Amino acid sequence: MLEICLPELGEGIEEATIACYHFAEGDSVQADEDVVEVVTDKATFNVPADQAGKISRLCFKEGDKAPIGAPLVIMEASGA
Amino acid sequence: MGGVHFLEFRMSSVTNFKIQDLGLIAYQEAYQLQKQVVKEVMDGGDSRILLCEHPPVITMGRMAKEEHILFSKMELNARGIDIEYIDRGGDITLHAPGQLVVYPIFNLTAYRRDLHWYLRCLEDIVIALLADFGIVGRREPGQTGVWVDNRKAVSMGIGVKRWVCFHGVGINVNTDLNLFSYIQPCGLNVEMTSISHIIGRSVEMDQVKAKFVHHFQRVFQSREE
Repeated sequence: MLEICLPELGEGIEEATIACYHFAEGDSVQADEDVVEVVTDKATFNVPADQAGKISRLCFKEGDKAPIGAPLVIMEASGA
Repeated sequence: MGGVHFLEFRMSSVTNFKIQDLGLIAYQEAYQLQKQVVKEVMDGGDSRILLCEHPPVITMGRMAKEEHILFSKMELNARGIDIEYIDRGGDITLHAPGQLVVYPIFNLTAYRRDLHWYLRCLEDIVIALLADFGIVGRREPGQTGVWVDNRKAVSMGIGVKRWVCFHGVGINVNTDLNLFSYIQPCGLNVEMTSISHIIGRSVEMDQVKAKFVHHFQRVFQSREE
C-alpha cells in the first residue's frame, strides 16, 4: 500500500484546500503523474505519485482542508 | 516600439533566465506556451520570464465563484470578453490591454520551496516597481497582492508543478479601469486602480517591463541560497 501525502509547502503553512483530484478511485496512474491539486493562499500546488499504481482511496473531498503530512490518496503499487 | 524581446541574465550557476516579450497575445495562446515552458523547465531548460498583455479576458482561478462575474455571459460575449477557467490559485481576475502580465517560470527549488515566500517576493518586486513611479504600494494584511491607498493595483496568482512556478502577476499600467466593473475582482469589495490613474499621465509599457525585470533580478539575486 502506498500513500501520497501532502508535502511541506512552506514556512507557517499548516494546511491546504483540496482543489481537485485528477483521478477517481480505481484509476491507474503513472509514476510522476500529478494526482491531486491543492490550494493555499493564491497558489495551486500539484502533488504527483512517486510510483505507478492503482488508486484505492481518495482520502478527502474537493473543498476539504488537509493538514500537511496527511495522506491524500491511498494506492496499490502496480506490479507489486 | 518592441520592448524587451529576448534578453537573458544569469542569476547563479543553476538559474539562467530568458526574458521573452510576447506583446499583445490571446490568453489561451500564452497559457499553452506557459504549459510548454513548464515542461521545458522541468526537463532542465532555462528559466523564463514571459511578459505580455492580453485582449480583454476574465480568468477564473481555482477558488473563483460564478457570482463574482457581474454581467451575463451573453453580455460579455457581445463585448468580446471570453471567460477562461484555469489552474491558478485565487479567485476571479480580468486582463486587458494596458495591464502588464508577467509569467515567471522557474524551479523554486533553486531558491526556497515555499509558496507563500514566493508570493511575498512577487509583492516586493511590485512594491519596488511602484516606488520607481513615486507610488507607495502596500500589502493588505491577510491578502495577497499590492494596494495603493484603498485600491488594488496589482493582482497575483500562481500555479506550481514539481516546484516549477507559472502564472504570475497582473500590473495595471494604463488599463481601462471601467472593465473591472464586469467582475468583483478577487472576490473582494475593492476598487481597482492603475499606475497611470494614480500619477495622472500615461506610462510607457516598455518602461514598466524593464523595471519589472530589473527588480525581479535584484530581489531573487539577493535571496539566492
